[in-house]
Amino acid sequence: MNVLRGLAVLLLCQSLGEALAVLLRGVHLHLPGPVLGMLLLAVLLGWRTLQAPVGQAADALLGHLSLLFVPVGVGVMTHMAVISQYGLRMLAALVVSTWVGLAVTALVLRALMPTLVPAPTQPPVTMR
Amino acid sequence: MNDFVQLWVYLSATPLFGLTATITVYVAAQALYARLGQAPWANPVLITVLALAGLLTLTRTPYPTYFSGAQFIHFLLGPAVVALGWPLWQRRQQLRQRGLALLAAALAGGAAAAATAVGIGWALGLPQDVLRSLAPKSVTAPVAMGIAEQLGGIPALAAVLAVLTGLVGAISAKYLFDALGIASPAVRGFALGTASHGIGAARAMQVHPDAGAYAGLALGLQVIIASLLMPALAAIL
Repeated sequence: MNVLRGLAVLLLCQSLGEALAVLLRGVHLHLPGPVLGMLLLAVLLGWRTLQAPVGQAADALLGHLSLLFVPVGVGVMTHMAVISQYGLRMLAALVVSTWVGLAVTALVLRALMPTLVPAPTQPPVTMR
Repeated sequence: MNDFVQLWVYLSATPLFGLTATITVYVAAQALYARLGQAPWANPVLITVLALAGLLTLTRTPYPTYFSGAQFIHFLLGPAVVALGWPLWQRRQQLRQRGLALLAAALAGGAAAAATAVGIGWALGLPQDVLRSLAPKSVTAPVAMGIAEQLGGIPALAAVLAVLTGLVGAISAKYLFDALGIASPAVRGFALGTASHGIGAARAMQVHPDAGAYAGLALGLQVIIASLLMPALAAIL
């Protein structure tokens, strides 16, 4: 039941986020609805009642996050024309840029906080 | 035999087919991944995508027919992005203490990834719309689609490129980090979440709890940063 309650909160946040996104587009600020919903959720989580249900729903969704990318991934078959023409070049750009991104992030973070190595303590999750 | 063909024609045209195929193949791929000791190259998303694309091609099932069922899973990407507020909130303490360092790393890594992708693509002579679809590739697929649309790219292609980026990171990051001598699970996780979003983060979560926690944090930060800054890039391109 908690998971369902949490899912309801997530969907409500997303709906409010989508509505807010439309309003912001009026002032030429383009932010995706789910992103605004995420920020909204992070604020609302200060409300204790929401914490356990949202935590359970979020952990359930994020625990299977990679499954959610499968339908889009299979869509690769609809871009065969572009891929047969530019596939190798796109792959080169993808692979090299991903490595550069990984390396730059990791090296900058390590340089800025060499003390990160000990594991940070996680705040306890309140479960009922 | 004829009855079987008719039954297949019927079943493969209902949404049930796409949904069943996606979940069944994914569960099988996860089992294989676990049995292979979570080897990076046996990534369950990669195996599932290849198997499903092969199945659809062999049975001549058009992608829209498959998607009519798979869309129920696809839809959950939206709530999943919202759910990233949870790891952000849980780690608000770390965010407050190390916010600047984390933000700087996320900005530098995200910008470096986007710039090299577009730069290499441009140098190799990729067309404009492909370049514009490449720019948001380090952002999680649903957000990447929205950004690509604003940039004048092809949303569907941007989503595929984002998924491929996630796979590249999830499969190769271990070797890259080992070569660079980056040992801290937190740093490795944060880099995975920044440069290869959801699929990289999913890999980090399986490997180490700290890596997973920082990957979730990075994922949330990257989504905010990219949504705010990518439109600025549109003006330059």
